[in-house]
Amino acid sequence: MNEMIVVQDLVKNYGEFCAVDHISFTVPEGKIFGFLGPNGAGKTTTIKMLTTVLDPTSGAIRVNGHDPAREQKQVRRSFGIVFQDPSLDDELTAFENMDLHGILYGVPHGERRKRIDLLVDFVGLGDRKKDFVKTFSGGMKRRLEVARALLHNPRILFLDEPTIGLDPQTRNHIWSYIQQLSKEEGVTVFFTTHYMDEADRVASDVAVIDHGKIVAQGTPGELKERTKSATLEDAFIALTGHAIREEEATSADRMRMMGRVWRGAGRR
Amino acid sequence: MRAIYILCLRQLKRYVRSPARIIGSLGQPILFLVALGFGFRTMFARAGGGNYLNFLAPGIISMAILFNAVFSGIEIIWDRQFGFLKETLVAPVSRLEIVFGRTLGGAIVAMAQGAVVFVICLAFGFRLERLVLLPAAIVFMFLIALLFTSIGTAIGSVLQDMQGFPLIMNFLVMPLFFFSGALFPATGLPKALQFALRLNPLTYGVDGLRGSFSNSFALGMTTDFVVLTVLTAILLAVGSYFFSKIQL
Repeated sequence: MNEMIVVQDLVKNYGEFCAVDHISFTVPEGKIFGFLGPNGAGKTTTIKMLTTVLDPTSGAIRVNGHDPAREQKQVRRSFGIVFQDPSLDDELTAFENMDLHGILYGVPHGERRKRIDLLVDFVGLGDRKKDFVKTFSGGMKRRLEVARALLHNPRILFLDEPTIGLDPQTRNHIWSYIQQLSKEEGVTVFFTTHYMDEADRVASDVAVIDHGKIVAQGTPGELKERTKSATLEDAFIALTGHAIREEEATSADRMRMMGRVWRGAGRR
Repeated sequence: MRAIYILCLRQLKRYVRSPARIIGSLGQPILFLVALGFGFRTMFARAGGGNYLNFLAPGIISMAILFNAVFSGIEIIWDRQFGFLKETLVAPVSRLEIVFGRTLGGAIVAMAQGAVVFVICLAFGFRLERLVLLPAAIVFMFLIALLFTSIGTAIGSVLQDMQGFPLIMNFLVMPLFFFSGALFPATGLPKALQFALRLNPLTYGVDGLRGSFSNSFALGMTTDFVVLTVLTAILLAVGSYFFSKIQL
């Protein structure tokens, strides 16, 4: 079987702080891989390095056989991503967001139209296609982002907490489609989540990262067995402890606040 | 190419769809035009400077372009904070295409805003001496727009948030405007100020624009054009460089 993602001895330092500390793992093609960890454990930093937007301090990465730091275009063509934070243009319509994505990824016109219709319908936004994204709820934006990530038929799908803030119906809907994609088309899925029941249900393999280090790796069953826990959530707590993690407010959070104050009057 | 096109188009759509921004950014140019244009008119004429409104209008148009161009470039910060930038950075297109598309779109928006101010100036009594040089005026407007959008792009790529924005307005944009010959001629200024004016890229833009409207260039049409073109090329490269260094 092909190894879709190979990570060896990966390190990312921010000055003195070590965000990702010598981690290694592999994700075989067609698998659904859950990357679990408390806040600030290094999940998003790892995804950034896998998806070419952050250079590692040291270590080796192969995504679809290519190095994200050097062969960016090949790597970028092979994955779709749903970021942890929203990444849509609020001032464009749902269709325009999709279309822009399709053009950036070089999806030919006819196919683009067809796939946009298909995917927008799939996430239940068919009748909102012409509406501005700024009129969407958080859940609707999320669904649109999932649809967008799939537009160019990626071989790998990165999902950074994709179901955060979604109701159970939507979560189930999205996961069942993703499972189907993985089964029928062999799409490899790499996701992070804080919902352990979700990870238990959909992931074929999981890795648990804490303080930048991988503390456990295996199938959800293996992790439960090793920690003698009934659920993956208990196993997770057993592996990472009870301490609540502090994450500093990023400048992005502060900006959102400012943005609301500044532009609030003109919107809604 | 397709990436340049679609990202440029995005900027234009956002501009056309925000009448609040279009109207809002007309406030300052109109204020300057009316307050200074009518306030100093008599004095300027008595001093032998001629029609002050005709002198001032190119400066006010340049100002509108300058402000909108820098702001268009700085919009990268918004896109970074509101997430859209990520979407473009993970796409299989080069950073160069992204930055060119953005900058071109921003420059066209700034130019459009300059054109609106041009029409407003006409409404207030501004008159062209000769129409033949109107194409040259358009070229100068575009160069001013592209140059300062590139500066905005460079700044927006380096800054993490909008905290530094007042700093840029007060210590970069405002001085660039005031010491560009937009409001007063360079002749008779203290030597140090004259020198500062010569170092300001906007000086060449204002002179090029004023010259194209009135057919009398203080620095010479060729000088204005060459200096602006070279500086625009350099700053576009600088902006692209900083943009290519963005990490999320």
